[in-house]
Amino acid sequence: MIDMFFEMLSYPFMVRAFVVGILVSLCSALLGVSLVLKRYSMIGDGLSHVGFGALAAAAALNAAPLAVAIPVVVVSAILLLRVSGSSKIKGDAAIALISTSALAVGIMIISMTTGMNTDVYNYMFGSILAMSSQDVEMSVLLSAAVLILYIFFYHKIFAITFDETFAQATGVRAGLYNTLIAVLTAVTIVLGMRMMGTLLISSLIIFPALTSMRVCRTFYSVTVSSAVVSVVCFCVGITVSYFFATPAGASVVIVNLLMLGIYAIVGILNNQCFYPK
Amino acid sequence: MALVRCEELSIAYEGQTVVRDLSFQIHQGDYLCIVGENGSGKSTLVKSLLGLKSPMKGRIVLGDGLAQKEIGYLPQQTDVQKDFPASVREVVLSGRLNSRGIHPFYTSRDREQAAAMMRLLGIEGLKRSCFCDLSGGQKQRVLLARALCATKKMLLLDEPVTGLDPIVTAEFYQLIKEVNRSSGIAVVMVSHDIDSAVRDASHILHLQETALFYGKAEDYRRSPVGRMFLESTGNSEKTDIEFPERAETSEKRGMEFD
Repeated sequence: MIDMFFEMLSYPFMVRAFVVGILVSLCSALLGVSLVLKRYSMIGDGLSHVGFGALAAAAALNAAPLAVAIPVVVVSAILLLRVSGSSKIKGDAAIALISTSALAVGIMIISMTTGMNTDVYNYMFGSILAMSSQDVEMSVLLSAAVLILYIFFYHKIFAITFDETFAQATGVRAGLYNTLIAVLTAVTIVLGMRMMGTLLISSLIIFPALTSMRVCRTFYSVTVSSAVVSVVCFCVGITVSYFFATPAGASVVIVNLLMLGIYAIVGILNNQCFYPK
Repeated sequence: MALVRCEELSIAYEGQTVVRDLSFQIHQGDYLCIVGENGSGKSTLVKSLLGLKSPMKGRIVLGDGLAQKEIGYLPQQTDVQKDFPASVREVVLSGRLNSRGIHPFYTSRDREQAAAMMRLLGIEGLKRSCFCDLSGGQKQRVLLARALCATKKMLLLDEPVTGLDPIVTAEFYQLIKEVNRSSGIAVVMVSHDIDSAVRDASHILHLQETALFYGKAEDYRRSPVGRMFLESTGNSEKTDIEFPERAETSEKRGMEFD
C-alpha cells in the first residue's frame, strides 16, 4: 500500500498535480467561506466558464494559456462584482449572463479553429496531466499571496462578510476587500480549472465551506476546518483517480460529497446531543 | 459644538430627492428619535449620517471629536446572518476594527473592551455561542455590544426592536436609556414605535422628506404634527394629550393645563 503510494509520487506529473492541487484547494477553501456566506457561491462557476472562453482564445492565438486567462478572468471577476452591486441586474442573473456568454464565445472560437477535440474535453472535465512546471511556480506564488493576504486581512474579511454595512460605517473599505476576494478567486480558479475541469472547479469553493458549516459554529473554526477538509479531500480524490483511473476532477468532487454527508450526520448527532429541542 | 450638525441637507436616491432641506443637530447626551412613515427618507438619512451616501446639497458636520468611523451603528439584521457561523465574541470584537487602523490583529485591550461590553449587556455567558442560535433579544444585545465597542460618543440604531416581543422590547429600550443616561453617549434611533419615542427620547425629528417637526420630545406631544401622528398610530390613550374629538375628557384635562 505504502509502496504503491510512493510509486505514485515517483511520477513527476503526479507530484505537480499534488502540489498545485493542494495549494489551489487550500486557497479556494479559504476564499470559499466568505463567498458562500455572502451568497456568491456561483461566482466560481461563472468565472470558470469565462476561463474556458479565455483558454480557447489563447489556444487559437497560440498564446500562453495562463497569460491570457488570468487577466481576462480577473477583469470579469471585478466586472461581476460591480454589476451585481448595481440594482439593474441582480447577482445571480449577472453571473449566468456572463458565464454562458463566455462559454458560447469559447465554443465558437474552438469550432472555428481546432474543432472539438481532446483539448476541449480536458478543459471541460479536467486532466491530471495538465499541470506544467510553470503552473507549479504560479500556484506556489499565488497561494503564498492568498495565504498572506487572508491572514493579514482575516478580521476585516470577517467583518465585511458578516455585516458589510456596519463594516463600511466603521471605516472598513468593503469595496476594496470585495475586489481583493474576487481577484484572488479568479486567479485560483484559472490555476485549478485545467486539472479539475471547467464544470467542476467551483466545487472546490463551495463544498469545504458548506461541509464545515454542518458542524462548526464559529467563523474561525469554519475557516480552519474548510482548509483542512479541502486539502484532505483533494489528496484522497486524486489518489483514487490515480489508482482507479477515474477522472481527477470528478473523483475529488465525489470525495467532497461523501465528506459533506459525514459532516452532515455528525452535525445532526451533535445537535441532538448538545442542543436538544 | 454639536456632535453632528446637518445643514440644509438634501439627499437623492436613484435620481429622486428623498430628503430635502433638513437641518438639525445632535449634542452630547441627546436621545434623538427619528420617526416617520415608510419611505419618508429615514434609511437614506441614516446612510448619510454614516458617511455611506454623500448628500446632494448641504452638509453634515461632525464635531466634538467625533470621527466618521466612530459612530456605533446598530443596523437591521440581514438575511446573511440567519445561518452565519460566528460566535458572539467574534461579532462583538469586530466592533473594535475601527480602532485597529492598518494593524491587522486585535490587541489584549480590544479583547478587554469587548469583554467589558459583553459584561455590561449581560451576554458574557453567551460569548462562545453561535450568533445564529440566539433569540431575537439576545442578538440585538450582541449587536449593541458591537456598536458600543465602536464608539465612545454616539450610537445610531436603525429600528432596533423590529420583530421583538413586547417584554424584550421594553427591556431593550430600558437598556438604551441606561446607556444614554449613565455614559452620556448620544443616541440616535430610527423608530416606528412613536409611543416609546416620546417617552424615552429627549428630542424628536419627524421626517417626511423634510422635518415636519424637530425639537424637544415634550414639545412634540403638543405640536399639531405630533398629535396627529400619535393619534393615527393608536397610541393616544397613553400620551395624556387632549384630542378635539374626545370632548369630555379633553375639556377636563384642558382646564387643568390652563
